[in-house]
Amino acid sequence: MSGTGQLAALTAREAGLVGCRRCTRVWPIERTECGRCGASLESRDPKSLSRVWAWWTVGVMFYFPANLYPMLSTRTLLSTSESTIVGGAIDLIHHGSIGIAVVILVASVLIPMAKFLCIAFLALSARRNTDMSAGSRQHLYELVEYVGRWSMIDVFVVAILSALVQLNVAASINPGPASLSFALSVIFTMLSAQAFDSRLIWDRIEDADKPATPSTGASSPRQEDAYS
Amino acid sequence: MADTFDDLENLIACPHCDALYHVVSPKVGERAVCHRCHAVLIAPKRRAGMSIIMLALSVIVLVFGSIWFPFLTIHTSGFSNSATLLDAAFAFTDGPLLLLSLPVLALIVVIPLARVMLLIYVLWPVVLDRKPYQKAREAFLLSEKLRPWSMAEIFALGCAVALVKVADLALIGFGPAFYMFCTLVVIIVVQDNYMCRWSIWASLDPERDV
Ligand SMILES: [Zn+2]
Ligand SMILES: [Zn+2]
Repeated sequence: MSGTGQLAALTAREAGLVGCRRCTRVWPIERTECGRCGASLESRDPKSLSRVWAWWTVGVMFYFPANLYPMLSTRTLLSTSESTIVGGAIDLIHHGSIGIAVVILVASVLIPMAKFLCIAFLALSARRNTDMSAGSRQHLYELVEYVGRWSMIDVFVVAILSALVQLNVAASINPGPASLSFALSVIFTMLSAQAFDSRLIWDRIEDADKPATPSTGASSPRQEDAYS
Repeated sequence: MADTFDDLENLIACPHCDALYHVVSPKVGERAVCHRCHAVLIAPKRRAGMSIIMLALSVIVLVFGSIWFPFLTIHTSGFSNSATLLDAAFAFTDGPLLLLSLPVLALIVVIPLARVMLLIYVLWPVVLDRKPYQKAREAFLLSEKLRPWSMAEIFALGCAVALVKVADLALIGFGPAFYMFCTLVVIIVVQDNYMCRWSIWASLDPERDV
């Protein structure tokens, strides 16, 4: 199938059309509801960025108490101890479980922080010029969307431990207040990433290097063997 | 310029970057990919509808199995405890933490279950070559919107982490529900990658049979 060399692709908006983001069907630009899947249509969501920033702010706000308050409280015969996310990981390192400590630190500290920064960068660069290519920013966005959900793992670990380790006087584990604020932080950050309209990433390039002669029609998508 | 595209039905716009394409339905096993952002646009599979329904049915059975049977057990110095999947969801009982129980239950049980039930509702008439049910479009839209909130696979990895944490404290036993839940996770991942969303939307198009 042909179509290679179509670097400056014609977009639905340039053609005076609007594409449905759920089912990819194309409609005249003035249409507001997709006739195939019923999703609402928006050539570029004008409120996208303000919703991104609103969810982002709430997500960041909940991330602080999530790190300051204890995630777990462990009670044994001799002692009661409470541990925060980072404190729990340090305990694990002292016990020699470095692998698990790394999983917890990556999922609960590195991923949330990186996610806040990446979403902020994507939202800012939608308005300004950056050195990073649109393709790389699209990949970054997909990575943020895919990886962000995995931060929830720490909340699930707390749930499993608290349900399982209820051994009368010998030992018991109970969830701490940080589990709620951490879960809320993950949920709000996911909503922030979902509010971002990734088509904004590509718009600046179109504005920057418009082809001298406008394309006359749409090309075909590339055909690939799915199993290659 | 819109009038040069009088037949909009044969066009698709990439949902990620808005690039416009003519629909060239790929052969079964092939896929159509966006030039610009490399998103997979169309990837039809052989007998996809029936396979998805069978996988969805097995997920329903496994969900109820993994709720019913014991999930994990723990033994140490004369004490023992066994927890079901629901115990894990309802582990948050202290005051405001109670708020967390319902979302956790939704993320690991209710949403995965709801998604496969919606899929069966959507695909059953399509597989039998009948007219789609009236609410099929709403149902599939909802199932797609719920997709990022289905977190069974994350919960499964959470189990692994939790087990390592208590491994030197106590002896852990795996109940039947644990194995059922792991199977369920694998099926959901396979199913999500097998499904060609474009093909399903095309088969639900109300204009298709007019
Ligand atoms: Zn649509
Ligand atoms: Zn694209």
